[in-house]
Amino acid sequence: MAMNTSTPKQTSHLKREILVRVIKAYLSDNFEENTRLIPFAMRPKNSDVPNYRCCIFKERAILRDRTIAGLGFSIEETDDSILLSDLAQKAEKRDTPEEHPLTVLTTACKGCVPSRIYVTDLCQGCVARPCVNTCKFGAISIQNGKSVIDPEKCKNCGMCVQVCPYQAIQKIIVPCESACPVGAIAKDENGHARIDFDKCISCGKCASACPFGAVHEKSQIIDVLKNIKHGKKVIAMVAPAMFGQLPCKPQQLKEAIMKLGFSDVYEVAQGADVTTQTEAHEFVERLEKGEEFMTTSCCAGYNELVDKHIPEMKPFRSDTKTPMYYTAEIVKKENPDAITVFFSPCVAKKREALNNPNVDYVLNYEEIGAWMIALGIQVAECGESKFKTEASAEGRNYCVTGGVAKAVETLLPEEIPAHVVLVDGLTKQSVRDLKKYAKNGMCELGNLIEVMACTGGCLGGNSTVNAMKPALKQVSAYVSESKSIKEQVEETAK
Amino acid sequence: MSEKVSVKVCLGTTCFVMGSSNLQELIDTVPKKYGDKVEVSGVPCLGLCSIDWEFSKAPYVKVNDEVIKEATVEKVLKAIDEKLK
Repeated sequence: MAMNTSTPKQTSHLKREILVRVIKAYLSDNFEENTRLIPFAMRPKNSDVPNYRCCIFKERAILRDRTIAGLGFSIEETDDSILLSDLAQKAEKRDTPEEHPLTVLTTACKGCVPSRIYVTDLCQGCVARPCVNTCKFGAISIQNGKSVIDPEKCKNCGMCVQVCPYQAIQKIIVPCESACPVGAIAKDENGHARIDFDKCISCGKCASACPFGAVHEKSQIIDVLKNIKHGKKVIAMVAPAMFGQLPCKPQQLKEAIMKLGFSDVYEVAQGADVTTQTEAHEFVERLEKGEEFMTTSCCAGYNELVDKHIPEMKPFRSDTKTPMYYTAEIVKKENPDAITVFFSPCVAKKREALNNPNVDYVLNYEEIGAWMIALGIQVAECGESKFKTEASAEGRNYCVTGGVAKAVETLLPEEIPAHVVLVDGLTKQSVRDLKKYAKNGMCELGNLIEVMACTGGCLGGNSTVNAMKPALKQVSAYVSESKSIKEQVEETAK
Repeated sequence: MSEKVSVKVCLGTTCFVMGSSNLQELIDTVPKKYGDKVEVSGVPCLGLCSIDWEFSKAPYVKVNDEVIKEATVEKVLKAIDEKLK
């Protein structure tokens, strides 16, 4: 199932509402005071307390923490005594965004119990007692006729879960831990989730998985708003997935973005076309040298996975740069004085941008959507305008799983065909598979491995707005009205 | 009741971003479930979000004359069932 369709909708609603309020506060005549008031405006005196909270005071404290993420700061590192108004001022004065884009709201996290094996009331205290007999650690005993697990001895192996004839023993899952493909998030001794940033690959799966909405992205929205307010030339670079996100035609999107205050809009699919050509060349070269396989290199989450967890994959990962890289290079060359903002479907691109001097800021689709709400922009009523450089159909299809490999395939000579393998979403299992390919120096399934951290490709990114199916429909319509990359390459050759 | 129940899913920018993107499935599933007893469509901004701070109650869906705030698939289906009683 696509990642974003499983996103707890109520938590997305809350996160987006906070963003709209932060933006409205910034655009008001008193940013600092109106930011301080956000938790009170959302939960005024005597208003109903949501049934998942003990009292209005805790609810406001949690909304305050969510606002801190909206201002772009780490919730863990911000002292409770600092006023939101002071943080708003600090956000406005900041020059660069914080290093790691994710932050955990520990007070919201506490509702979820640590992962463990649990004997439910369904236990019949049977004669066979397969759970007791199966447990290698002697952790299960019978007390008052029912099985009881000794947490000191239990190693969470799950054997008892499998053998119970009544399915009375269950493993309690911690959604963020279960979703993380690399074991980078876990509850600490106080029961609060902590992200180990040495392990984290910024895929954002924990943020999508948490039903309490406790994992937040630190927003860079204030930084971008500030540059626009100060009259800077700010240029948007729109990743292909964006064209599936809002209820309008692709040609209307450009005008909607210009209304936010941007000076120009570039399609990142333009950079994807450079990636495709470079990567196709590289693939041919590698195979001619006798290499067994190559993986793609456009997904930021996958790149961080290789860098941090599978260094042995580095020789097999394409050296070709990402579409964001090439697009930003083109934009800065054509507009040396411009501030560039990448419109991203996921949190991982925020990390990639940190290491690229040509990308100044990254905003995700939730943030763009919130900005349009704050300004009351009706995208469906915007006029239509074309991009200066039109990207190819294949470039525009990069956001769909299989799209990158398909684009590369289009440009391969007949005598060097690709056998495509799709890693459609990083999971603990697919990470194991990738490690195996790297270790063996070959992949028995094929020679061109496309890796997407998110299921469905970028359209399944953790910060997308639209559901997968309608988003795919919109993108496919755009792709089908675009020129093929072959035609484009031939035209430039003329 | 012989008259058709009308369901209007607001697809204005605000409603879309606040969650009607996830209500688009109704446009497919409702006709399958209720046949021609219900007419469902995605419509341009109903204008309900622009008043004061009402964006926070988006997405909006109209089932006949009833406005559903913070609409979910479940809430809309329940409202349709009520109208068909």
